[in-house]
Amino acid sequence: MDYLLTEQQVMIRDLARKIADEKIKPVAAHYDETEEFAWPIMKILAESDLFGVYIPEKYGGLGGGILDMCIVTEELSRACGGIALGFAGTGLGAIPILLYGSEEQKGRFLPDIAKGKRLAAFCITEAGAGSDAGSIKMNAVKDGDHYVLNGTKQWITNAGEAEIYTVIAMTDKTKGTRGASAFIVEKGTKGMDFGKKEKKLGIRASATREVIFTDCRVPAANLISKEGMGFIVALKTFDNSRPGVAAQAVGIAQGALDHAAQYARTRVQFGQPISGFQAIGHMLADMGTQVEAARALVYAAARMVDSGAKSVAKESAMAKLFASEVAMKVTTDAVQIFGGYGYMRDYPVEKYMRDAKITQIYEGTSQVQRNVIAANMIKESLKK
Amino acid sequence: MHIIVCIKQVPNTTDVRIDPVTNTLIRDGVESVINPFDAYAIEEAVRLKERLGGKVTVITMGPPQAENALKEAISLGCDEALLVSDRKFAGSDTWATSYTLCAAIKKIGAFDIIICGKQASDGDTAQVGPGISTHLNIPQVTYVKKIEDISATAAKVERMTEEGYDIIETPLPCLLTVVKEINTPRLPSLRGLMKAKSAKVLKWNAQDLGADPRSLGLDGSPTRVIRIFTPAPRKGGEILKGDAADISKELVELLKDVVV
Repeated sequence: MDYLLTEQQVMIRDLARKIADEKIKPVAAHYDETEEFAWPIMKILAESDLFGVYIPEKYGGLGGGILDMCIVTEELSRACGGIALGFAGTGLGAIPILLYGSEEQKGRFLPDIAKGKRLAAFCITEAGAGSDAGSIKMNAVKDGDHYVLNGTKQWITNAGEAEIYTVIAMTDKTKGTRGASAFIVEKGTKGMDFGKKEKKLGIRASATREVIFTDCRVPAANLISKEGMGFIVALKTFDNSRPGVAAQAVGIAQGALDHAAQYARTRVQFGQPISGFQAIGHMLADMGTQVEAARALVYAAARMVDSGAKSVAKESAMAKLFASEVAMKVTTDAVQIFGGYGYMRDYPVEKYMRDAKITQIYEGTSQVQRNVIAANMIKESLKK
Repeated sequence: MHIIVCIKQVPNTTDVRIDPVTNTLIRDGVESVINPFDAYAIEEAVRLKERLGGKVTVITMGPPQAENALKEAISLGCDEALLVSDRKFAGSDTWATSYTLCAAIKKIGAFDIIICGKQASDGDTAQVGPGISTHLNIPQVTYVKKIEDISATAAKVERMTEEGYDIIETPLPCLLTVVKEINTPRLPSLRGLMKAKSAKVLKWNAQDLGADPRSLGLDGSPTRVIRIFTPAPRKGGEILKGDAADISKELVELLKDVVV
């Protein structure tokens, strides 16, 4: 389907696809097995300028938006949803700075992110604060021209590998969600440590660790926006980043579908390729239709974000909800089409199924997305 | 340092088909790409420029659509591109091709080093690089797998042989042809692709080169292709069974029958 991408976006898509096909596909199984972080691929992405697609030219990027970020994430995820997260997780860490950072902060951090010189990460989740992000415990106490951070963030994508972290912490617990603030913390800051690397079901090439802050002194110049804005920063960040997760889901689904279609064409049973059986053909038709519908919704939501629309919460949540559900369904069906081979780790599709699951969970579970969508629908209905 | 890279556009296929009547390559419906060996030449030239400064000029002789290959070379880091194109060049053999490229290089002027791929994946002759150096009367080192050292006046390179490698020192300017062991070519960058899109490719025809018309194209080519054919595939082998003594006897008898 033609999504009327600009010439530059087509260029971005083709280059990301080339890197996915030539550089990531051959090593995807290796990184899944070893759970290593794919630094050689990050270097290739950096040299190809892809880290800068969504960063303004003023800060060394290529001046595109969330759609450009989604295109890259989708193409990389076709080859490996885990490796793609080195790119997408950096985007999540960069968005708070892009949206609410001061000129000085943008100038200090964005050029390195655009060049791929430093990866980024976003830290909000804690052991007791998942979907209920309002119950975070980590605190930040002002002390002269510094804030002192204490607490532990959990399941942080890119943790340990990234060098720029945006962190949500409470500056005034008495104010509830209005007492949260967002900070930029650089790796190497005294009092910032990393916990053990988590072992995961899928996206195993992505690094997930705890980030532990013990009397970690962060310069007050690294406070994003002002005290009390932490929750708004986080929510708006998710509104902007959810199309990215959705794009990851579309890429994972497309990757699995490509394998399934090729397998169905070449696998012979009862004397004919199994694609000739209507049961398989209809499965492929449904999978293809679902993936295309998900892509259309994701691109539309990303374009809405890029248009500068005032509220994109509902549309972003819809894109993320739909695309991640499609990814789970399509990857499960891909394994089904492969039959027994699909269940074997020597074949590529079971990995897509494992990788797909996380897209229904992180940056808000499918249930949280429905809450967001419903709340916004009710709000809109009240205005009518 | 001014580095010149000579490249060729070849069909992107391992299954090269040949027109049985004209004995030339069938190019219809086959996508053209930069000759894979030339990609290593481009990469090495760009790396030299990044290390030592200067510029890389990429040249090809070919039909107008060869401009695409030159633009791709720019996306990979080359600075200037020259397309040498004229119907008069059609039918050039390796002698006429290297003569024509030599004329273009002379017109460009001063350079320090010329890098070519070891051969083209379609013709496989490995003669054009050496031909250019002969026409220009400069030293050549073929099958280079590493540039160990390079200064403004000399280079020390490793030349791959079947047994190992030679270390050769040569004054500059010189011509190198490179093998795939020399580097891993990079992928283009987005900035490179954008630069390529707007890049102007310089175009010269036979008249611009001021070359001797008798040395161009089919007329200037001393070789004539009489026939190109795909050799019949080898017959399968035969596996002898039995104990070692019987097999050896049988084998000796069989070997007697074939002309050794």
